[in-house]
Amino acid sequence: MRAAEVILEALKREGVDTIFGFPGGALLPLYDALYDSDIRHILVRHEQGAGHAADGYARASGKVGVCLATSGPGATNLVTPIATAYMDSIPLVAITGQVSRHLLGLDSFQEADVTGITMPIVKHSYLVKDAKLLPRIIREAFHIAGTGRPGPVVIDIPVDVTKEEMEYDPDNPPAMELPGYKPNLKGHPKQIREAARLIAAAERPVIYAGGGVIASGASEELRKLALYGHIPVTTTLTGKGAFPEDHHLSMGMLGMHGTPYANYAISKADLIIAVGVRFDDRVTGNLQAFAPEARFIHIDQDPAEISKNVPADVPIVGDAKKVLAALNAELEKVDLSPDRHLPWMEQVEAWKREHPLVIRESECGEIMPEFAVRKIWEVTQGEAIVCTEVGQNQMWAALFYTSRYPRRFITSGGLGTMGFGFPAAIGAQVARPDALVVDIAGDGSFQMTVQELATAVQHRLPVKVCILNNQYLGMVRQWQELFWSRRYSYTCIECQPDFVKLAEAYGAEGYRATRPEELEEILRAAFASDRPSVIDIRVKREANVFPMIPAGGTVHDMMEREP
Amino acid sequence: MKHTLSVLVENKPGVLTRVAGLFARRGFNIDSLVVAETENPAVSRMTITVEEQDRPIEQVSKQLHKLINVLKITDLDPAGSVERELLLIKVKANAQTRSEIMQIVEIFRAKIVDVSPEVLIIETTGTREKVSAFLELMRPFGVIELMRTGRIAMSRGKRPT
Repeated sequence: MRAAEVILEALKREGVDTIFGFPGGALLPLYDALYDSDIRHILVRHEQGAGHAADGYARASGKVGVCLATSGPGATNLVTPIATAYMDSIPLVAITGQVSRHLLGLDSFQEADVTGITMPIVKHSYLVKDAKLLPRIIREAFHIAGTGRPGPVVIDIPVDVTKEEMEYDPDNPPAMELPGYKPNLKGHPKQIREAARLIAAAERPVIYAGGGVIASGASEELRKLALYGHIPVTTTLTGKGAFPEDHHLSMGMLGMHGTPYANYAISKADLIIAVGVRFDDRVTGNLQAFAPEARFIHIDQDPAEISKNVPADVPIVGDAKKVLAALNAELEKVDLSPDRHLPWMEQVEAWKREHPLVIRESECGEIMPEFAVRKIWEVTQGEAIVCTEVGQNQMWAALFYTSRYPRRFITSGGLGTMGFGFPAAIGAQVARPDALVVDIAGDGSFQMTVQELATAVQHRLPVKVCILNNQYLGMVRQWQELFWSRRYSYTCIECQPDFVKLAEAYGAEGYRATRPEELEEILRAAFASDRPSVIDIRVKREANVFPMIPAGGTVHDMMEREP
Repeated sequence: MKHTLSVLVENKPGVLTRVAGLFARRGFNIDSLVVAETENPAVSRMTITVEEQDRPIEQVSKQLHKLINVLKITDLDPAGSVERELLLIKVKANAQTRSEIMQIVEIFRAKIVDVSPEVLIIETTGTREKVSAFLELMRPFGVIELMRTGRIAMSRGKRPT
């Protein structure tokens, strides 16, 4: 069997049914094999789209996403998606073509040192110089990407390797050789007992949950913990949906653009139960002033996260689902009366009443962006898979699209990659063909990967791009307004395409909403269509995202609304 | 404070780059680094000395553990381990100074490994302190060139490093 076919067979053995890719010279043998394969190949229009689509596929499905790019520029175009997946711990296998072995290291045509370039942003990588190793390496790559703390793995394969003839028996795959890779899944029982003791004794506990809960599929266990212990829950941006945000114990998102009540609760808590989070600077602000009265239980799969930013009083290394299940079992031995911290619960409720999120419908007849997001939420009944771009659109989506389920809020958290949302939505739609997939976009971000409209149209993927169009690079403009004397240096992008015509030119549907009263009807029409759609929602141009705690600040620096 | 990390890694291409890159990325400066095969040719040992500055060394050793090719890391306690460096030094020696140099070599149990009319090459091994002390005594004679390896270290007693 040709090595190129072996690669595809080995991928199928790992459960791969879809690949996102873009062909090229170094991939000719592999694409020749794909031509006859039953693996579905989604042809993108730029390799960055392939990487983000595979990422969106992984986030929506929980499976490992696979993308494919040719050597040199094809592979370097994957660098941003790989870094995006790395920062958010998303399981991704990126297969890149490479020049033939005898041309390696000679500055050959379309040669780039891909394993070298991606080294700081991968969980692991391989340069395959011997076809015989392919079956083992592919097996290992999926194991590494998908287990422990998930992450991207790069497999760089010289084109001549893929042309070799070799033996392959799918029923007898070679054993993995990973002596240095043993993720610790089960938390330490003594620490779990200690955590239970602290929870039982706490007067002002808060659960701070993140993407690790979603990666581990631990939402049910988290819910049990919150309900049994009567503990209010706040989630990070990537943790949105880990706990239902319409539950009375939910405080929504915390951090720089978090809800006031979540940030107040953190600032007064005496115990933080941190699950699958990494105390990112966008969450903590001034680290010294973060939860100053609290002790910390930190549950994470990655030992390197424990005490990286905040020293943990009770560190628990393990899989969130397993650890939380054990913790719940431990807590059931204790009687946790709901009255034991009644004043705290009342305080949280009071903060919610006194500092609610404000949704303004319109100003001077213009649509307010938070109203647009709320309308999208209403029309989709909160059931859609929401992807976001990066910037103001992302924060409005996070604040005003109430998430009820894991894997339905897909956003580039750690890296903050503009242009991520649309291709990720394409990947999510491939993973969940029956779901309504909405990309809440900004006009700046959308233009970074807009060419994937062709991909959506070609593959009949009816994603809905809702552009909150303010003709600004809005988040940077907001910072310029607040902190740089309103000097809008190069953030005004009034020169932009007619998005309705642009969508139509690609063969998608285009809609435009300029007045609040017409928005609902337009959204309903667009969402009902079985074709990809772009909805150009003209919003108030200088609307800002509030609440906001300036970078490095504390809850006392919070701006709740427009000054 | 200086730490000596003894790191067992799989003997595969690119592992050194992964390890060195990680130190740089996480803001740790490597003082010295020695890499060689161990008794098992599939495994190499890296002995890395690194200065602990703003962040605890535990941070980098935990990150190091996450590299798939890293098998084991030991942060060696100076009292519980034997450490050595190797020095090669090319020093000026004429008829007047040669015997004086040879006396110092004798005292330090160093070794003259090459003799020519105007220079000697001397080899010595020992702890960093001993090697440095020897070097200081050689300086007045005129050091033409010196090379020293990084530190290797082995834990004392039966327990493997």
